[in-house]
Amino acid sequence: MIRLVALLLLLASPAKAEEIVLGLSQDEVAITATFEGSDILIFGAIKRDRPVEVPGDLGVIVTIAGPDESVTVRKKDRRFGIWVNTDSVDVDVAPTFYAVATNRPLEEILTPAEDLNTRISMQRAIRSVGATVDDPQNFTEALIRIRGAQGLYQTIPEGVSVAEEALFRVLIPLPANLTEGDYVAEIYLTRDKQIIDLYTTTIPVKKVGLERWLYNLAHENPFLYGLMSLSIAIAAGWGASAAFSAFRR
Amino acid sequence: MQIYLPIAEVSVNIFLLLGLGGIVGVLSGMFGVGGGFLMTPLLFFIGIPPAVAVATEANQIVASSFSGVLAHLKRKTVDLRMGTVLLIGGLIGSGLGITLFNYLKALGQVELLVQLCYVVFLGMIGSMMFIESLNAIRRSSKPGGSAPKRRKHNWVHNLPFKMKFRVSGLYISVIPPLMVGVLVGILAAIMGVGGGFIMVPAMIYLLGMPTKVVVGTSLFQIIFVTAFTTMLHATTNFTVDVVLAVLLLVGGVIGAQIGTRIGVKMKAEQLRIWLAIMVLAVCGKLAFDLLVMPAELYSLGTGGHP
Repeated sequence: MIRLVALLLLLASPAKAEEIVLGLSQDEVAITATFEGSDILIFGAIKRDRPVEVPGDLGVIVTIAGPDESVTVRKKDRRFGIWVNTDSVDVDVAPTFYAVATNRPLEEILTPAEDLNTRISMQRAIRSVGATVDDPQNFTEALIRIRGAQGLYQTIPEGVSVAEEALFRVLIPLPANLTEGDYVAEIYLTRDKQIIDLYTTTIPVKKVGLERWLYNLAHENPFLYGLMSLSIAIAAGWGASAAFSAFRR
Repeated sequence: MQIYLPIAEVSVNIFLLLGLGGIVGVLSGMFGVGGGFLMTPLLFFIGIPPAVAVATEANQIVASSFSGVLAHLKRKTVDLRMGTVLLIGGLIGSGLGITLFNYLKALGQVELLVQLCYVVFLGMIGSMMFIESLNAIRRSSKPGGSAPKRRKHNWVHNLPFKMKFRVSGLYISVIPPLMVGVLVGILAAIMGVGGGFIMVPAMIYLLGMPTKVVVGTSLFQIIFVTAFTTMLHATTNFTVDVVLAVLLLVGGVIGAQIGTRIGVKMKAEQLRIWLAIMVLAVCGKLAFDLLVMPAELYSLGTGGHP
C-alpha cells in the first residue's frame, strides 16, 4: 500500500523533483586600475517539493567559463643547437578562463557520457580539431598546464561544500589577468551521476573607468590613441629637460 | 600596490615598474644610451607580452630622447642635415621592420627573431666596446701614447651622390647614412630599441663623424623613428600601453637625473668598460636561454588568426 502511494506520488510529481536556487556574491566583475583579482562566491539551495525518495549520491558541479578564443600552442625543439618553435597546434575553442568546482571528484558524480555531452571537465571544455601533429594530446595538456599556472584554468575537486543535502557554496578565485567578456556560470545538480538540473547565469567582466576609456580608444581610434601616447611622451621629455635645467642652475 | 595595465591586460606591481624605469634611467643617464636594449628584455622577464613590451618601449624612448635632444640643440651639437638623411632611411627601415615583425608573429617565430637580434647585436657591440675601452685604459696609463687616427679614407668615400654636411664637416655620399638609417629603423621596430647603441658606433667608425655631434644627431633621428614605430604599432597591432609607458617614464626621468650626476664623477674609459660588461651580461643571459633546454617546452600564442 505504501509502495503504491509512493509510486503514484512519483508519477504525479513534476519533471523536476529538485531545483537549484542561486545567489552570487557579485553580479559583475569590474576591472579597475587597481584590480588585483577577485573572489566570486556562488551559493545556493536545492529546492524540493518533497523529501527525496531515492537518495542517490548528490553531486553539485559549478563551472565558470570566460569567453572562448582560439589559441595557438607551440612546441620548442632543438634546431642547430638553439631552442626554436617548431610544431604548433591551433586549438579552435579554448575558454580564456575556466574553473570547475565539484563537491566530490568529478568522475564520482558524473558519467563520462554526460561529460561528453555537456563539456564539463577541463579536457572536454577545450576543443581542437584537425591537428597535424602526432601527439595533439600533449599540446592540449600543455595549454591546461600553462593556463593553470596563471590561475586561469582551475579544477577544484571538493571545492563545493554541501550542507544538509540542501545548501551549497563555493568560492572561486579570479586572477588579475582576466580577459573581458561575459563569463558563464553553470551549476549542475546530479543524482547517481545523472544531471537532474542545470542553472545558468552570466557574470559580465568588464574594464571600467580609465581602463575602459583607454582600451576603447586604443581599439576604436588607434590613430588618436597613438598621437596621445606620443604627446604624453614628448610632454614628459620636455618637462624632464626643463626640470633638469632648472635643477642645475 | 598592483596596477592593471589596460592594453597588456596584466596586473603588475606599480613599484616594480617605477623601480625598473629608475634603474634603467640611472644607467642611461650614466652612459648616454637610451636603455631600450635593457628595458625591453626586462619587461619580457616580468611577464609583459613581448608585442606590448616592444611597442610601449618605442613610445618611452620618444620621451627620453626628446629630453636629451633639447640639451643638444642648445649646445648646437645636432647635425640636422645628417639627421634628416638618417631619418629618411630610418622611416623606410621601420616600415620594413614592422612588416617583418607581423609576418613572423603569424609564424610564431617573432620571439626567436627578437632574441637572436639581441644576442647578435649586443654581443658584437659589447665585445667591440670592451676591447676598445681596455685598449684606451692601457694607452692612458702609458704616458706618451698617442691616440690613433680615426679619419681615414675608405670605401665610404668613393660612392656617388655626395652631399655636404657642414656641422659634421663631412662631404660624403648619402648612401651610407641612408643604409645606417634603414638598419636602425628595422632594429627599432623589431627589438623595441632606439638603436643608439648601433648608430653611434656606425656614425663614428663608418661615417667618420666627429664624436661631439654624434649623440645629439642620433637622438634627433631616434625621436622620429620611434615616434613613427609607435604609431605603426598602435594602429596595426594595438599594443602600445600608455599606462605602462607613463610609469616607466616617471621612473626613467628621475633615474636619468641621478645617473647623469654619477656619470660626471666617473672616468670615460671606466664608464665604457662597465657599459660593455652590462651589454655582454644581457647578451649572455639571452644566449643562455636559447641554448639551454627550457623548463616549459610549450608556449601559447594568440596567432592562428592574427
